[in-house]
Amino acid sequence: MKVLKAVEMNRCIGCLSCMITCATVNQQDHSILKSAIRIKTSGGLTGKFMAIVCQACKDDVPCAEVCPTGALVQRKGGGVLLDKENCVGCEHCVTACTVDAIYFDHSTKLPIVCKHCGVCARFCPHGCLQLTEEVQ
Amino acid sequence: MLYENSIKVLYIDLSTGKIEIKRRTDMAGYLGGVGVASKLLEETMRPELSPLAAEQPMILAIGAISGIYPLITKTVAMFISPLTGELGESYAGGRLALTLSMAGYDAVVIHGKAPRPSYIVIDGGNIEIKDARPIWGMDSDVVGQFIRDHVKGSGKRSILRIGPAGEKMVKFASVCVDTYRHFGRLGLGAVMGSKHVKAIIVTGDKSTKIKEYKDYFRVYQSIFKSVTETDLMAKYHDLGTSINVEVINALGALPTKNLTESHFDGAEKITGEAFANNHLVRKMACTGCPVGCIHIGQFRQKFDDGYDYESLSVAYDYELIYSLGTLLGVSKTDEVLHLIEAVEKTGMDAISTGVALAWATEGFMKGIVTVAETLLPLTFGDSKIYYQAILYLANRKNDFYRVLGEGTRSAGATYGGKEFALQVAGNEIPGYHTGYGNLVGLTVGARHSHLCNAGYAVDQSISTFDENKAVDALFMEELERCVLNSLVICLFARKVYNRETVLKALNATGYVLTDNELTTIAKRIYKTKLGIKEKLGFDPRQVVLPERFFKTPSIHGTLDPLIAERMINRYVEKCLLLLSEEN
Repeated sequence: MKVLKAVEMNRCIGCLSCMITCATVNQQDHSILKSAIRIKTSGGLTGKFMAIVCQACKDDVPCAEVCPTGALVQRKGGGVLLDKENCVGCEHCVTACTVDAIYFDHSTKLPIVCKHCGVCARFCPHGCLQLTEEVQ
Repeated sequence: MLYENSIKVLYIDLSTGKIEIKRRTDMAGYLGGVGVASKLLEETMRPELSPLAAEQPMILAIGAISGIYPLITKTVAMFISPLTGELGESYAGGRLALTLSMAGYDAVVIHGKAPRPSYIVIDGGNIEIKDARPIWGMDSDVVGQFIRDHVKGSGKRSILRIGPAGEKMVKFASVCVDTYRHFGRLGLGAVMGSKHVKAIIVTGDKSTKIKEYKDYFRVYQSIFKSVTETDLMAKYHDLGTSINVEVINALGALPTKNLTESHFDGAEKITGEAFANNHLVRKMACTGCPVGCIHIGQFRQKFDDGYDYESLSVAYDYELIYSLGTLLGVSKTDEVLHLIEAVEKTGMDAISTGVALAWATEGFMKGIVTVAETLLPLTFGDSKIYYQAILYLANRKNDFYRVLGEGTRSAGATYGGKEFALQVAGNEIPGYHTGYGNLVGLTVGARHSHLCNAGYAVDQSISTFDENKAVDALFMEELERCVLNSLVICLFARKVYNRETVLKALNATGYVLTDNELTTIAKRIYKTKLGIKEKLGFDPRQVVLPERFFKTPSIHGTLDPLIAERMINRYVEKCLLLLSEEN
C-alpha cells in the first residue's frame, strides 16, 4: 500500500490546497485546521515551507502503542487507521507522535489522523507531496 | 456569512477600547467584500472631516465564499484616501482572507485613535489592543519578525504592518500583508499610522461543516482544474506580470523617464525573462491559490572589501518594474530590486513612490527644484541616489520631501511642474500609456486605479477606436468588477470566474442567485460607491488631466483632450442613468 511523503518541499508555494482538500474530503469541513496535513513556515514566509505529515511508521508505531483502547490500528504499509467507535478521546496519541502529525479535534473529541488517501497530493500543484510505495 | 444570511462585523474603537460584534442581516443584499465594505464606509465615514481624522473608519472585508475556492483569496480595504481625499479602495492577498474567515468575521471596522502606539490582535472572539511603543519606528520587515515571535498562531495567522512612512503619514504609505502582499495604493498605511496602529494580527480556529459536500467539491475540482490545467492562468504562473515589460514596451505604451517617452531603450535588460533568469529563486501563493504568481527575486551586493555580501529577497511585479525601473530610467534588474527593497522596508506604495521621484527628477532637471530642496542630484538612471531619496521621502527629511509625501499632485501645485505630474485625481498613474481607455478609465474609475475598469485592456483590444464603444466597455467592466470584488476574487482569475462559474460556486454553497440578481447586486454596489464619491465632493468632469498625457504619444497616437473630455462626460451620463434606476 502506498503512503504519503513530502518529497519536494523546496517547490512548495504555500497555497495550502493540500490542507483545504484534505479537510474537505476527509472531514467534510471548510476549515484547514481539520486537515491531517499541515504546512508551516520555518522562520516566517522568507524561510522554507515544511510539511507536518504522518511519517507512516511501519513496525514500531508510537501512537498505536499508547492507545489504551486499540482505536488506532496499524495500517498495512505504514501508519494507522482510526476506529472512531473505540476512541475515548484521551489524546495520548497526540503526545506520542514525535513529529506532531496527529491533531485533536475538540469539537468531535477525536484525533485527526492521516490515512494516506493521497487527496492532498492530487491537489498539490508542484508535486511536493506524493503517494509512494517506498517507506524510508 | 458562509451558509448564513447575515454579515458578522467586528467594530473596534481605538479611542475608547470598546469592541462590538454585530450580526447585520440588513447587508445580505451586498453579498460581501466591496459591497459590504462600501455600505459600512458610507454609514461610518465623516465626509466633513479630513481623511486622517481619528473619527474616520478603516474597513476590511471578505466575501461570502472566501477561502473555500481557488483564487478567492483577497481582502478589500476601504477608507477615505488621504492621497486623493476620495474613496480609498485597496486589495491584498496573502493569508488575510482565510484568517478573517477563520476568526469568524466578514468585516472589521476600525475607528478612533489609540492613545499610544498599539497593535491589534484579533484571535477569534478575543480582541486585544496591545502596546506597540517599542516597535514604533521599526521597518516593515523587522516589525513582522518581532510580531511573529511574540504572537501565537504560527502557520495560520496573518500579519499586517506599516513601516516608518505609515507612522509619518506619508499619504501613499502602504500596509504590508504577510511579507509579500500589500494594501498598496491610496494610503491605507497613513490611515493606520494616524490611528497609532503599527500592526494587526488575525488568527482564529472557527470551523464550518460543508453542507452539500458533493456539490461543493465538484465545483471546487472543476475550478481547480481550469486554473491548473488550462492556459488561463499560465501568464501569472510562468513569468508573472513582468512579462508585460516587453509587451507594453513593444506597443509603445511603457511610461519612461516621467513619460517623456513611451518606449524604454533599456527595456530588454529588465524584462520578465531577465528577472527570471538573473534573480528568480521561488514562487509563492496566497492561501488557497494553486497558481503561485508571487515571484521572489534574490540578489546580493557587496558591502565591504573581501567577501562581504548581503543578500536580499523581494517580490517583483510589472508595476514595480515600471515605477522604479522604466519611469526612473533604471535599466538594471538588481538595481530595480534594490529600490523595491527600499519601498518595502519603509512601507510605501511602489507606484506612487516611483512617480513622485520621476516628477522630482524632471523638476530638478528643469530647475524647478534644486539640490537645496532635493538634497540629492536626482538623475534618471541613478538608482543609488533614488535609494537615498526613498529613505528621505519615507522619513519626510525636509520640507521638500514632506510636500512630496503629500503626493505628486501636491508637489506639482507647490513647486510648479503640475503639467508633468503623472497623477489622475491625485493618484499616481500605473504603468500604461495605452490611450483614451486608460486615461478616461483612471479618471472615472471608482478608486482611480487600473483595477477599476481595465482601461488599458480596452485600448489594447480595439483596433479602430470608437469613443462611445470604449466608454461602454469601461462602464460594463467597472460594473462587473463589483461582482468579482464583492466576492473578493483575485482579478488575475477574472477569466476563470466568468458569470457561469461564479453562479456555480455560489449555488454549491447555498447562495442560489440568478444572473439577473447578480447584476442587480453589482448595480447596488456601484451606486453605493458613486454615492460615497458624491458625498466626498468628487466629479470626474472637474478632474484636470496633466498636459503630459496629451504630449507623449500612446499606442493610439497623440491624445486629444477634447475627446477625453467627451468620453468622461458620456461616462458621467451613464452613471447618472444608473443612479436614476430603481434598486
